[in-house]
Amino acid sequence: MVFDWRLVRNSIPLLATGLLMTLKICALAIVFGTMLGALLGLASLSRLKPVRWAVMAYVDFIRGTPLLIQIFLVYFALPVVGINLPEFWAGVIALSLNAAGFIAEIVRAGVGSIEIGQAEAARSIGMRHAQILFHILLPQSLRAVVPPTTNELITLVKGSALLSVISVYELTRAGQAIIAVHFAPLEIFLLIAIFYYATISVLAWLSRWLERGLPVW
Amino acid sequence: MGTVIQAEGLTKAYSGRTVLAGVSLAIEEGETVVIIGPSGSGKTTFLRCLNHLETPDAGVVRLRGVPVGIDHRSRPLPEAGLAKQRSRIGFVFQRFNLFAHLTALDNVAIGPRRVLCLTVEEARQRAREELVRVHLEDHVAKRPSQLSGGQQQRVAIARALAMRPEIILFDEPTSALDPELVGEVLDVMRELALQGMTLAAVTHEMRFARAAADRMLFMDDGLVVEEGTPEAIFDAPREERTKRFVAHLHE
Repeated sequence: MVFDWRLVRNSIPLLATGLLMTLKICALAIVFGTMLGALLGLASLSRLKPVRWAVMAYVDFIRGTPLLIQIFLVYFALPVVGINLPEFWAGVIALSLNAAGFIAEIVRAGVGSIEIGQAEAARSIGMRHAQILFHILLPQSLRAVVPPTTNELITLVKGSALLSVISVYELTRAGQAIIAVHFAPLEIFLLIAIFYYATISVLAWLSRWLERGLPVW
Repeated sequence: MGTVIQAEGLTKAYSGRTVLAGVSLAIEEGETVVIIGPSGSGKTTFLRCLNHLETPDAGVVRLRGVPVGIDHRSRPLPEAGLAKQRSRIGFVFQRFNLFAHLTALDNVAIGPRRVLCLTVEEARQRAREELVRVHLEDHVAKRPSQLSGGQQQRVAIARALAMRPEIILFDEPTSALDPELVGEVLDVMRELALQGMTLAAVTHEMRFARAAADRMLFMDDGLVVEEGTPEAIFDAPREERTKRFVAHLHE
């Protein structure tokens, strides 16, 4: 068996184009997913039961179904009800919705990890629910929320490989296109793995840096 | 003068188990009331009902004659209304419950700032004054984790004081403290009582009760069994249950 170094060298620019698409999609999904997740997390702490139930049902659905099926639902099922999304945006939205479900749960659990006594003390001096949430509970929950959230975002980047099935020309898809022509699965899949690994290493480093910056009490 | 807070026939049950079986009490301005009783007697629940940290099943609490937590038709008050009433009733917890991410100063200032809507400077100024009052002027910049239990509890007292409440309720304020730290907290409470603050405290500290209490209640099984001066309760209890409990305290 011969390892085709020339193909590897020639593939790098093509894969880089795919990587660029992966990065674009993931960056957007990270921004939207984190924002939506934080909002849903706050909603899950609402005083209104129907709001809490709606978030619980959403989180339950996201956790209980494969990401691949969620991608299919956004890309293939939404057009049936008249919503046509180009594959790029279908991908961004599917990944965002997925991450948001997990992040909502992380936020809810993080706030729940603060001892109940502090919320009671805040109530005893006349603070209202929203004030307690924003001034007492959320600032303290950062330590509990940030590490699992960055983990979730790393999962999101890995999940973006699934977008190859709705023909988003991202890293995995770009590699498959090369394999289809040159039939070199060993070289190309290894190369793809290295590209993902590098991307995720940067993310992991960023998240460690972020976690070190968190306040300690 | 007059009645600050009045409870009428408070009852509370948790999943069928009665904790309060109809407790009434009126606390007059400037009075210090000490509540004792065995664990499970309902004394903590009673205190928590007074500022609606627990909602009583029946009965009503009046603050200066106005029902707490309910409107004149006995419907629950909206959150803002109840919060406003709570801000007039201080509460000091057994486990201090300081805000872990804030300095002592900001623990005390946050209520005046967020609830009474003072400016940051006014709120901090008031917080400084209250921390002086509990003898913590040298620790304003420390976080709760850098303070001893006794210091934390005094910050908690300052936090309650900064709201300028009409009464402060103490729920076993020294029972989570190491013995050598109990004195500093009781000293502050006694000073407040002497300054004319209205206090109600659940505590088994007999020295404090004798020195500061105008009136004592002995509770058992969700009821007030006996009421009287500290001397009457400690030295000449009338009820059999009081006698037995006081005998344990003396041991």
